[in-house]
Parts: sequence; C-alpha cells; structure tokens
Amino acid sequence: MKKNLRKDLILISELINSNEKVLDIGCGNGNLLSHLMKIKKVECRGIELSQTGVNECVKKGLSVIQGDANFDLKDYPDRSFTTAILSQTIQAMIYPDNVIENLIRIAERAIISFPNFAYWKIRRDFFFSGLMPKNIALPYEWYDTPNIHLCSIKDFTNFCEKKGIKINEFLYLNEEGEKLNDFMNNIRAYQAIFCVSKK
Amino acid sequence: MKLKFETQKITYKDSFTLYSGREIQSCEVAFETYGQLNKEKSNGILICHALTGDQFCSGINPLTKKKGWWDILIGPGKIIDTNIFFVICSNVLGGCMGSTGPSTVDPKTGKQYGLNFPVITISDMVKLQVKLINSLGIKKLFAVIGGSMGGMQTLEWASRFEKKVNAVIPIASSYRHSAQNIAFHEIGRQAIMADTNWKSGNYYGSKQKPKRGLAVARMIAHITYLSESALQRKFGRNLQNSKNFSFNFITDFQIESYLKYQGSSFVERFDSNSYLYITKAMDYFDLSFRKGGLTNAFKNNDLSFCFFSFTSDWLFPTSETKTIIKSLNTSNAKVSFVEVKSDKGHDAFLLDEPEFHEILGGFIEGQIIKQGI
Repeated sequence: MKKNLRKDLILISELINSNEKVLDIGCGNGNLLSHLMKIKKVECRGIELSQTGVNECVKKGLSVIQGDANFDLKDYPDRSFTTAILSQTIQAMIYPDNVIENLIRIAERAIISFPNFAYWKIRRDFFFSGLMPKNIALPYEWYDTPNIHLCSIKDFTNFCEKKGIKINEFLYLNEEGEKLNDFMNNIRAYQAIFCVSKK
Repeated sequence: MKLKFETQKITYKDSFTLYSGREIQSCEVAFETYGQLNKEKSNGILICHALTGDQFCSGINPLTKKKGWWDILIGPGKIIDTNIFFVICSNVLGGCMGSTGPSTVDPKTGKQYGLNFPVITISDMVKLQVKLINSLGIKKLFAVIGGSMGGMQTLEWASRFEKKVNAVIPIASSYRHSAQNIAFHEIGRQAIMADTNWKSGNYYGSKQKPKRGLAVARMIAHITYLSESALQRKFGRNLQNSKNFSFNFITDFQIESYLKYQGSSFVERFDSNSYLYITKAMDYFDLSFRKGGLTNAFKNNDLSFCFFSFTSDWLFPTSETKTIIKSLNTSNAKVSFVEVKSDKGHDAFLLDEPEFHEILGGFIEGQIIKQGI
C-alpha cells in the first residue's frame, strides 16, 4: 500500500496521529484515506469532485461524498475534524482564501500541500522560453489548466501572516519528494507541505 | 385476504397502533425471503419497495409472471448476492399483495375496509417491517436498501431504529415529499376518485373496478418517473400505426400507446384504494418536520450511509439528497454519496445502470469486510 502512495502523501500521513478524525478534500481515488485508515486507525471522510474518484473510494469502503470544495465546505460545522487535508488542490480552487479559512474552521488544523511556483526550474524555463511553465506537477497547457491560483511558498506564508493564520509545521520537498532544509526554500523547493491552524 | 399466489405471511394478534393513533387488529405482513440466514443472524438485508412495488424483488413474480422488480440486482451471484445474504422484502402496510391494506377484510365488520382503513404513514410501514425482522429473530440487519418510497423507509429506519441496522442505502429518494410531488400524487388520486366505478372506495363487491381512474393515475405518475430526454430518445414524435395523422382521437403517437399500455397493465395488478393510501403516506413523509428538524433526525448516528441520486431524476433531484447529507455532516454518521449520470430519470434506480451497480457492489463489499460476515 505504502509503496503505491505518492511521496508527498506519505509525508502527509506521517503528520497524522492515530485515532484522529480526518477530512480529505479532493481525496481522488482514496489512496491516502485508505492508507490512513489501515495504518493509523484514523476515522476518515472525503470529498471528491470527480465521479470516477468517488466510485473508487466507495469501492474501497471509504465514506466519500461527491462534492465541490469551493462550495460545500461551508456546510460542515466548526471543529468536526481534527485534521483537514488539501493536497495539491489549493491551486485549483476558485476562492483559495475562503477554502483555507473554512478548513481551519471545520478542523483543528489543516495540512495543505502545493507545487511551489517559484521553484528555480520554473523560473528558469519561464525566463528562457517565455512560455507558461510545465512540469510533472503542472502538466497542463495555459488554456486547459485547472490550476488557476498558483502560488509560491512566499505567497503562501505572506497570506498566512496577513490573515493571521498560524503555521505549525512545514516541509519542503525536491522533485524526488525528499525533504529539503529551509535554506532558500522558495527557490529550491519543488513542493511544500504546510500545517496551519487558527491563531 | 385470499391471494391468487403463494407468499409468506405473519399475522400479529396484538393491535397495531398507527402514527395517527388509530389501531389495526390482526395486522398481517406478506413477505418473501431469498438466501439463508446465517448462524449469527448477521447477514439479513431488508429491501424496501417503492409505491407500486411488492415483496417479489427477485426471481419471478407469480402474479405478473415477469421478473421481480429488482431481479437485476438481487439473486445468486448478483450485486446483492443471495448466496451470501438473507434478503427480506415485505409488502408495505396499506399494500395489495398480502399485507394488511384497504382491500383486506376488516375483522370487525367482515367486509373489506375500503375507506374505513386508517390513513397510514411511512413510519407505520417501517414499524411493521421492524415487527417482521424481530419475528425472524434478527437483532441487527446488515443493511436496509430501498429506492424512491423505499428510500424514505430506509431513512425512517436510520432515524428511529438506528440500533437495529448497520448500513443504510437510500436511492433516488428524499427526506420529504416536495410540493411538486404532492401535486402529482393529488392529480392521481383525483383521477381515481373521479372514476364512477370507485364508489367512494366501496367497489370490492362489484364487477366494475375503477380501472380507468387508476390507469390515468399511473400514466401521470409514469411521466414523472422518466425524463424529457429519455422520452424524446425512446419515442420522439414517432407515430404508432400509420404514416399520417388520423385526425381523430385514437392513438396517434407511440408515446400515447406506451402510456396507455403502462396504465392498462398496472390496473391488473394494483388496487385503487391502496394507491390512494400509499401516495398519501408518501405525501405525509417529512423527517425535517419532527422536533429538532432534520439534524435531530439523525443525531448521534453511527450508521454507514450510501446515498445515490441520478442526474436526470426530477422527482427526487440530487439537491434533496444533498440536504440530508448536510444534516448528516453534523452527526457522526459515515456518509458516502454518488450522483450517477443517467438520462433515464427517476426510474434509473430500477434499470441497468452499470455505474450505480458497480458502486453499490463496492459499498456492500466494504461493509462485508467491516461487519465481518
């Protein structure tokens, strides 16, 4: 199970304690949730937009609702979960600020991962080619990309400061999904994982 | 009541008190079972039928000689596998397939009830199902599954008998009947009551039954079970018999012929008074009306739910299901929900919808592992 899991998801799962109640927003085919359920005895719920994703999840015995994080998070009461996970999805939200604020309302903390748009290769490619950057995490053309709100690590930390959101933990990853130290993270990191909560 | 077919029956000698406060003496429940109850009595699945359904959900219906209404899903090796599960399906209270209803003889008068039959609710139907499950020695059901009115019954189980069931699967259903749904039912009831053969419900002794009224009721209802696009795809403006219009009022269009067939075949198997009572029970159903609203209906609920809706179902649209899910989010219930893409309208839940069947099968498999049967 673990070896099939994306590396950033393994790191996220390591941040989760056993017996937590977790909501995974944009849970895809449910790989992270079923991993958490088996390994950490976590009580899991999921929201997924695509029908194929929901189908896969329900088949795995997961409790997953077909829904849109842009609109459906407001229906959850305060503090219904210990952790809300938003992995590689924030950049596709219509109102990322609204979504993040909902996440830390419905859960005690939110774990948010995203591709760092200020990664040096993205800067380099954009500088030399003058074309919208593409890589494995961002494979789309400019006209068909769902990623309408890309941000850098610096953008995210600035946002948290401005909104009074507390950053409890952070992880910076290279292209291989290995942890990096903090040095020049906004240039060196390919992906970032933040664990945030209300102040 | 003398039946033209064989079915299992249990009679309850004690009086059966209804939601309205009225009582029924010697209440009978007619039911069918498929598969074997295991030693632990943990593999029982209750199937709840819709408005015009019956207990013959699998195999051949002995009255119509056609396949049971959910034979596509229930049987050996099927999604609801009767090699694994003990499937129970009972005719609802108020029905006309053996359970006590308006066509049953009232022990007090020795005559059929007719309109003397007390008005019943979905909650009364479920109460009789609970009695049946108790009689079968089952403490906790593996699952309760139902579509449309059957889905209402599953929600009633979840709301009032949550300790007696593990998983609840409401399909193409709602926590209440909408104004539009009540309106369509009322037209159907008026059609029956406008039939001179109805005679205020006292037609059991006479040769002439209110068949025309019931057929019209069925024709109206049948349109609500389909979708505009499905009707267009299936029939379009195609003519039934000739290439030209008849310029009179015989059947011109295929859709007219289809509806007439639906009406006329229905009246052979259904009782008009039962139609009045059961539609009324559906109209009365509203879980949000109870104290504390919908949220309270499912409070402290540890059940596993799997909801299904269909994109083209305008009788029980997805928005209705989403309202229930909002309420369930505030309780501890484990909820799954899928909106299945289909252009077949409300009836999709009875038809060959591979996606629906696949996900339902997946959920049941997950429950088999969880409940360990």
